[in-house]
Amino acid sequence: MSDTKRLKFRSSMKTLWNLKNDPALLFVILFTLALVFFFILIPLYNIIMESLDSGGRGILQNYKDVFSRHGNMKILINTIILGVTTATISVVVGFIFAYVTTYMKIRMKKIFDFIAILPIISPPFVVALSAILLFGRVGLITRGLFGIRDAEIYGFHGLVLVQSLSFFPIAYMMLVALLQRIDPSVEEASRDLGASRFKVFTSVTLPLMVPGLANAFLLVFIQSIADFANPVVIGGNFTTVAVKIYQEGIGNYQFGTATALAMILLSISLSIFVLQKYYVSQKSYVTVTGKVSRHRDLISQKSITVPATVILVIFTFFVIMMYILIPIGSFVKLWGVNYTPTLEHYKYIFKPKLFQPVITTTTLAAIATPVSGILAMIIAFLIVRKQFFGKAFIEFTTIMALAIPGTIIGLGYVISYNKSYGIGNFTLIPPITGTGFIIIMAFIIRSLPVGVRSGITSLQQIDPSIEEAASVLGASSRKVFTSVTIPMIKNAFLNGLIFTFARSMTLVSTVIFLISARYKLLTTSIMAQIDVGRMGVASAYCTILIIVVSITMVLIKFLISRISTDQE
Amino acid sequence: MREKIKVELKNLTKTFITNKNDQVKAVDNVNLTVEPGEFVCLLGPSGCGKTTTLRMLAGFEIPTEGEILIGGKNVANLTPDKRDTAMVFQNYALFPHLNVYDNISYGLKLQKLPKSEIRDRVDKILELMKMKDFAHRVPSEMSGGQQQRVSLARALIMESGVLLFDEPLSNLDAKLRLHMRDEIRKIQKQVGISTIYVTHDQEEAMGLSDKIVIMKDGMIQQMGSPREIYQKPVNEFVAQFIGRANILDGTIAEEKEGTVILDVHGVRYETEKTTGHIEGDKVKFMIRPESFIIGGKDFKAEVTKSVFMGSHHEYEVSLFGKTFEISENNPMRKITADTGEQLFFSMDPNSIHILEK
Repeated sequence: MSDTKRLKFRSSMKTLWNLKNDPALLFVILFTLALVFFFILIPLYNIIMESLDSGGRGILQNYKDVFSRHGNMKILINTIILGVTTATISVVVGFIFAYVTTYMKIRMKKIFDFIAILPIISPPFVVALSAILLFGRVGLITRGLFGIRDAEIYGFHGLVLVQSLSFFPIAYMMLVALLQRIDPSVEEASRDLGASRFKVFTSVTLPLMVPGLANAFLLVFIQSIADFANPVVIGGNFTTVAVKIYQEGIGNYQFGTATALAMILLSISLSIFVLQKYYVSQKSYVTVTGKVSRHRDLISQKSITVPATVILVIFTFFVIMMYILIPIGSFVKLWGVNYTPTLEHYKYIFKPKLFQPVITTTTLAAIATPVSGILAMIIAFLIVRKQFFGKAFIEFTTIMALAIPGTIIGLGYVISYNKSYGIGNFTLIPPITGTGFIIIMAFIIRSLPVGVRSGITSLQQIDPSIEEAASVLGASSRKVFTSVTIPMIKNAFLNGLIFTFARSMTLVSTVIFLISARYKLLTTSIMAQIDVGRMGVASAYCTILIIVVSITMVLIKFLISRISTDQE
Repeated sequence: MREKIKVELKNLTKTFITNKNDQVKAVDNVNLTVEPGEFVCLLGPSGCGKTTTLRMLAGFEIPTEGEILIGGKNVANLTPDKRDTAMVFQNYALFPHLNVYDNISYGLKLQKLPKSEIRDRVDKILELMKMKDFAHRVPSEMSGGQQQRVSLARALIMESGVLLFDEPLSNLDAKLRLHMRDEIRKIQKQVGISTIYVTHDQEEAMGLSDKIVIMKDGMIQQMGSPREIYQKPVNEFVAQFIGRANILDGTIAEEKEGTVILDVHGVRYETEKTTGHIEGDKVKFMIRPESFIIGGKDFKAEVTKSVFMGSHHEYEVSLFGKTFEISENNPMRKITADTGEQLFFSMDPNSIHILEK
């Protein structure tokens, strides 16, 4: 045994020593380690330390305070009930969508895919805002259609509606991928043995999907309890932990309570994540590598497909309306009262001071996008293809970062970087809260894990010998990466860039802690406008945001296709 | 053409650590010399360490111990791009986003050669490969055989000191495999490049090599010319792995000058002395199915299987509690025995090979 350990140590020392032949690789590894260290680990460490520091009143005093106040327990329970409800509805809706699109012969599949990406390119509270416009006190449906005067959308039910609409695409996309991987012959075997179509579903398809459904449930649950924007906008008196952390930290300067709450939220979120990743995911019956041998005979019976289509179309129409309503709302005078078309909300925004957030956000997002996009591909490349010192650490932390609620990252940055670090009088790191730099870092950290994950997935599908061929022909590891790897995983790279930009433009939870007088962001401006009841202006901001993201998406796609044709 | 290069492996060892923390010696103290311009095949069953050896030569794996000398220089710790090697992969490993021309010129472009020289060299190699019309195709538009030709061209054009092959023909169909094998041998002779070729197909190894290296469990069992390996295997494993072999028991009855008298169940054969065994030793010896003399008087056995194969006739007979494989060449107009009938045969003393262990 000890011999094995010695050998292991020696071989890792050898790989470490051999890195000197590969300075580019060494630099990237060090850079990534530094990034993870300074912008994930130190903030988390400081949150733990702060939560344990109660000014000499015992190390767990902050936690005792949290649990002794009745309101906090309620908030914690609220959060979990919300998570469970949202996750259940999202998985059910997502599964129905997924089943119908993979198993039935119907048109309009493209539209379903389209509504699945809507939540990605729009700010998280677009749906919340629409819900208010539709179901609020002066809502189009509640007041306009039914004449209800005191409709109340704020609160638990509103939040469930909004979160389910925002998060069901996550479940949908996951479940579609899984359903497509079920070999049709398994179901045909069941049919052949005498099962009815319904029996096939209950005795084969559904049992096969159980791990997948559990997976989707847990992922949506994590999203729901981490959600900050929707509860703030539409939660009303229904407060969740993520919101409470912000109120305590930024509102009341009670960092002890805020960090203790953050630790509680983080531990729930991380344990669910670990459960999902290391237990439920392993249970999958559907083999990851297995290729479906042939196409599935789709259900084309009219008595089944027609009702299914009708239901989905109505639902889809509803979802799309939630998004279209915002641009419409930005062009009317006063929602619910005066529907005269107007440009006054835009005129209001196009004043230098009020337009500044648009420019600031776009600029910072534009800086973060290439950095995060390229870095994500490099990290994915390193994880899949290279052996090096610290690899397991980088892999674990970057993937884990997915499960850390944005509010916690934001809180961690505030605590960690509102002071300067140095030796004696010499400042090594000045306070960086309130700078554009830390906002950019937040953008990067919040989008990097998703990029890394998609990079890993697409790299695993490519035979490593293609890259080996390049290196044996004399390409350095940097050259292999730029001339072979990137062109082959172009789509993952492209999607990573688009995702980073969209995510950065729409990020609320983390950056709400980091904005300053100089750096006001679009999302937080929208929230401020909703807060004072200027729905028209908020809608106009939202519309601009969606336009900026859409244009950039097209632009990035165009640029990437240009780059690859230049090479040939 | 550049000068030919010598390759030496010295005490090469690679130990992997499995997930369960067990040590596995994939390559165990391998010593091998490839003479300049020589074609060497590493042959063995899967898991014998031949591919790991090749990957260490290319630089994809770093040896746990030992040296790799290419042209006298130890390259064991260099990255693949810094080595004087070129490689042809099992699955071709063509760059899917580049066409044939760009695939082949990839390595030359990295050397920053002038454009005109690159074009000349690519044209020449395409000519050699008879692939001129394919220059603008991308890999997905070509058959497996064509892709493998491009892969070979991409390696050859580098004019490296050493050419490495990792089971390059195993994805091709039987006929194409035969054709490509001849092609590879012809071009290798033409270019004169030192070559190391990994395969698990013994026929391929016989057809290609100047020298065959038989590996098992990370260790070299035997190396030598195809003739030596086939006719004088050192042990049972090598005998069975190359071609078909009957392994039988006998006793050394008498030692003579350069020969021994071998007693095989009462029948005495005088055969070449190949081992250090002395009078009275029980030994194992090998005889190939084609080395029996059908109709001889020494042995009589019942036929348990009898199959006409066209060019030869295959028998399985049961004798001394063992099953023998016997084959009769050119069965044209000969009477053959059916299953259940008796077969008379002798052994050709010249074809008896006594095994070391």
